[in-house]
Amino acid sequence: MSEKIDQAQVKKVAMLSRLDLTDSEVAEFTTQLSAILEYVEKMNTLDTENVQPLAHCLPITNCFRDDVVKESLGTEKVLANAPQRDEEFFKVPKILDDNSGA
Amino acid sequence: MTSDISYKVIVGLEIHVQLCTQTKMFCGCALQFGAQPNSRVCPVCLGMPGVLPVMNKHAYEYSVLVGLALNCKVAGFTKWDRKSYYYPDLPKNYQISQYDLPLSENGFIEIPLESGETKRIRITRAHLEEDAGKNLHTAGNFSQVDLNRTGTPLLEIVTEPDMSSGAEVKALAVELQRMVRYLGVSEADMQKGHMRFEPNINLVITKGGKEHKTAIVEVKNLNSFRALERSVDYEVQRQLDEFIDSGKVMEMGNKSTRGWDDDKQMTVLQRVKEEAHDYRYFPDPDLLPVELDDAWLEQIKSQLCELPIKKQIRYVSEYKLSDYDAGVLTADRSTAEFFEEAVKAGGDPKRVCNLITQVGLKLANEAGCGIAELSLTAENMSELAKMIDDGQVSASAGNTILEQMTKTDKAAQVIAEELNLIQKSDAGELEGIVEKVLAENPKAVEDVKSGGKKSKKAQGFLLGQVIQKTKGQANPKVVSEILSKKLS
Ligand SMILES: [Zn+2]
Repeated sequence: MSEKIDQAQVKKVAMLSRLDLTDSEVAEFTTQLSAILEYVEKMNTLDTENVQPLAHCLPITNCFRDDVVKESLGTEKVLANAPQRDEEFFKVPKILDDNSGA
Repeated sequence: MTSDISYKVIVGLEIHVQLCTQTKMFCGCALQFGAQPNSRVCPVCLGMPGVLPVMNKHAYEYSVLVGLALNCKVAGFTKWDRKSYYYPDLPKNYQISQYDLPLSENGFIEIPLESGETKRIRITRAHLEEDAGKNLHTAGNFSQVDLNRTGTPLLEIVTEPDMSSGAEVKALAVELQRMVRYLGVSEADMQKGHMRFEPNINLVITKGGKEHKTAIVEVKNLNSFRALERSVDYEVQRQLDEFIDSGKVMEMGNKSTRGWDDDKQMTVLQRVKEEAHDYRYFPDPDLLPVELDDAWLEQIKSQLCELPIKKQIRYVSEYKLSDYDAGVLTADRSTAEFFEEAVKAGGDPKRVCNLITQVGLKLANEAGCGIAELSLTAENMSELAKMIDDGQVSASAGNTILEQMTKTDKAAQVIAEELNLIQKSDAGELEGIVEKVLAENPKAVEDVKSGGKKSKKAQGFLLGQVIQKTKGQANPKVVSEILSKKLS
């Protein structure tokens, strides 16, 4: 059976998602994902010539809130679930190649 | 070897502007620079399972306003997308941004050039996204994370590669800062990271009749206008040297990222994981699209004001001010509006301009506020300008009066009288004094009458004597006229 996705692609997606998969998991997910893609491919048989791409599954737009301050959790509660903290900060493994930031 | 080389500099900018809303983009946490770390954080900021972000209406409207000011086509329909992101300063592992349907695109901004002309830089798009928090690097084997900034509304503006020098890049940055401050949508302080600029720089080098392009370099970590300008100039020289030394061109290497080292005044290559740019955008199912109808668009449009560059150009053409003075007056909106009100109240533009730029701004600076916040009214300012122009007070007395006006609520006329600064302009009264001075100084009178080199000097001496006799209160213009008449 021709696979919709191969093991190399699954490994790449896993790497992009920071997932560490064993070889047997890669094989298992390749089969599962291929089945899913095959199923979804049925959509391609429909004529979508005059159909606008769907931006959202609900037929609603413009849901806003007013720009009014609400109480935040506060530092202690925010850090309560953190595996590690350093004073008022989350403590995380050293970021080596920091390209963070928006 | 290098004499047959010429080159063109090509720079585009990616700009991030933090909007000064009260709250974050998708939750009610307050925006507060310098707050206790991790104190302005809620489950939405933390990316907890089950939370639902809801869009801040102000953030959207501010963005549309900037889009309009940048002459962009504002979309009637826009939506939100998730962009994969794997740093701990955005704990949900994606950034909410806009991909294929940005809220505005295809605009331009006019920037002032040193020649006094303006240049049009095309804007590719301006879209809204959320800011990340802050990763702080410690001396230890770990990093610290502060999520206070996480979710701050951030406008990303992308320009076309239309700039061709560090000076032009700086001019755009300054102009954009002035613009967003006029619109009241951002504090736009570069040191505080409210505005961040990332230039993309490369060269088109012509050598021996053949064109070569150098690889594009993106520069990060720029915290001042000066650093921005210098980093571009530095990159231009570095890329040129590299091409001359190694012949390296675009085809031989991908785009790279370099960080600006402000101490060493140079850019340093940054290691970037190759897969870092695989963003895998997809529509965010948590957020509903936005539809902007004409009525709403008109309502936002009504909040536009005359933009600073337009004002600056108008001040030169309409009020005959120098481009420099016009630039000083339009640097911030409240000063420009104060100036215009004083002119509208009847003050001569050049005179009002001098009072503001030579004294007013200094006083405001000392008081740590804007000129409009001093206890000065535009009416009082225009009255003072008229008093100087009518010769009631001298220009230097005018500066003294202005200083007093900022300390009291008194009108210019009242202060001038109290401080005895009203000039004597009554010709009859001054004539008597002039005659007395002439009688006391026959030598100088002779010098004036004999003409020649000494004449001008002697007339100046006589003028000085009259002013002295009136304790500086004689109007020099009137005295000069009387002197000329009597000595001719
Ligand atoms: Zn929050």
